[in-house]
Amino acid sequence: MRHSSERASFRPSTFFASERWGVLSRSLAAIVGGYALASMTSVFCAVALPTARGQAVLTGMLLAIVVAACSALWAFATRSALRAWVGILGPTALLAAASRLLGAWA
Amino acid sequence: MKNGFRQSMAWLHTWTGLLVGWLLLLIFMAGTASYYREEISRWMRPELPSARVSTDVAAQRAIAFLQDKAGNAEMWYVTLPQPRNPAMSTFWRVPADQADPSKGRRGAFGDATLDPNTGGELKARDTRGGDFFYRLHFDLHYIPVYWARYLVGFCAMFMLVAILTGVITHKKIFKDFFTFRRDKGLRSWLDFHNVSAVMALPYHAMITYTGIVTLMVMYLPWGVKAVYPQDEDAFFAEAFGGLPEVSAPAEGRATPLPIAQLLDSARAQWNGIDVAGFTVSNPGAGNAVIDIRQRDGKRLSTDTPALRYDMVSGALLEASPPSGGATATRGVMYGLHLARFADGGLRALFFLSGLTGCLMVASGVVLWAVKERPKHAKRGRVGFGLRLVDALNIGTVAGLPIAFAAYFWGNRLLPLDMAERSGAEANVFFYAWAAALLAAFLWPKRLMWAWQLYIGAATFALVPVVNAFTTHAHLGVTMRSGDWVLAGFDLSMLAFGAVLALCGWRMQRWTPPLSAAEKKKRAAAAKAPAAPATTSADASV
Repeated sequence: MRHSSERASFRPSTFFASERWGVLSRSLAAIVGGYALASMTSVFCAVALPTARGQAVLTGMLLAIVVAACSALWAFATRSALRAWVGILGPTALLAAASRLLGAWA
Repeated sequence: MKNGFRQSMAWLHTWTGLLVGWLLLLIFMAGTASYYREEISRWMRPELPSARVSTDVAAQRAIAFLQDKAGNAEMWYVTLPQPRNPAMSTFWRVPADQADPSKGRRGAFGDATLDPNTGGELKARDTRGGDFFYRLHFDLHYIPVYWARYLVGFCAMFMLVAILTGVITHKKIFKDFFTFRRDKGLRSWLDFHNVSAVMALPYHAMITYTGIVTLMVMYLPWGVKAVYPQDEDAFFAEAFGGLPEVSAPAEGRATPLPIAQLLDSARAQWNGIDVAGFTVSNPGAGNAVIDIRQRDGKRLSTDTPALRYDMVSGALLEASPPSGGATATRGVMYGLHLARFADGGLRALFFLSGLTGCLMVASGVVLWAVKERPKHAKRGRVGFGLRLVDALNIGTVAGLPIAFAAYFWGNRLLPLDMAERSGAEANVFFYAWAAALLAAFLWPKRLMWAWQLYIGAATFALVPVVNAFTTHAHLGVTMRSGDWVLAGFDLSMLAFGAVLALCGWRMQRWTPPLSAAEKKKRAAAAKAPAAPATTSADASV
């Protein structure tokens, strides 16, 4: 894997399989994707938890920090960068949709 | 990503740690110093009298000062002297139509730090004292606060990931607790990194997570925006409890009750726990009210219970509501991070854990260079990446202590009547650090490590000497009078100097350990004395 970037080829498949682009893609998934997932987690908790709304918002924030850290681990643990993105953006979209249904941004 | 989960996590640990390591070390060192923020402030204002007056007398003097100085204000805020901080701080807000328009939003506010012994403004040198480190810890310096806090939060998130991946990487976390193999080059650095990390692991995890919690409302505002789209103030009122703001305008004039009587009734409500400070709304008016805040100290949480009294009749109007589960959790997290509740021994333990954190970060970035070096040695030249890391390592790990000590020198040596003096003290910190970094970039070799550590040792060890020449609060006086806050400061400067000197000496005398192949060669050479002994020990860094 390490050598693929050195034996540079112009075929797109090897281009995206190269370690360098894989690392960049995973880093973006971890930082940008992780922040998006954490944000949606906090929004979902804020609208979904059956407590006073102020308490629900705070709980969401406390939990979101852990979610962001775990997303970063996930982004670098999966077999491919694509899986990293799917595993982070999938739940993000689900949480956003669920939050909207529960009345967020109304 | 790599061959296995553990390998991927090891890779992630290396890079998250290295990329933010140097800024993280600054944050860790400033934060560790902040445990003794009040003590540092006291040392840096040697003019402050150490005599104490009672809380009631201090409160009376604060009120008298404010009546004189800010009689037209619509709000006074007073923090009374605390056991660790003999000064008293106040600020006030004047009505909008009397504000100074040239200062924008700040025009409505005034502030003063008072000496409770005289009731007048504090007469001491202009310094930010320990508050400089406290602010540096999350606001950095020279850059807008807003950006600094995002940057610090970003680093803290990397730190959290580095801690989690560090734990995963470890196969033998319990065994590593007791393992240190000295004089073995890379192995020793790895052991040292492990010991410093594992020994205080609960502390590191706690301090990193709670650090993010302190600023989480800024980092993750989306829940608030989703649930309180038009009214974010309502969120703060609901989530952080406390007493509602007084919005009624002042009506009529009346003489308030003596402050001591009001404070006494608050103490009676709290079973004798003392008062931290108070806020007076509409002072001097017929409808003046006073909110009295409980002193933290015996409580983990930073959320302070408060009572509201009618200042004229003395009737108890309102008490702060009991906080909800999440509010209380956040308050405890915040409290754990600030450790205001810790006294004597516990505070020292927090400080030592913080130092362990500094050592963990420092040994981590050094470990990267030690691991990388053989690859470059094989190629015969030091590559750009390693050279950069070496320079940053020297200029930060050995250079930052110089900056910390230089800041204390600045406090004693800068002219007392200098304009913008507190800012100049902060500049001394950064000039010293910049000089160390510059020297490290010009010549990132192992001797530079030793020199900078020696300079750090000398600047620390000489702080008590400079102090003795410039003030009357030196060791000869403070130890005899038993003022262990000031004496302790000077003595710990000496201790830091000694430790840094020892590190410098180790760095200067250190020779790379022999590899197994080298040992065999030497053993063979010893058996056959005709063959010349060869050494290929790399002498650089």
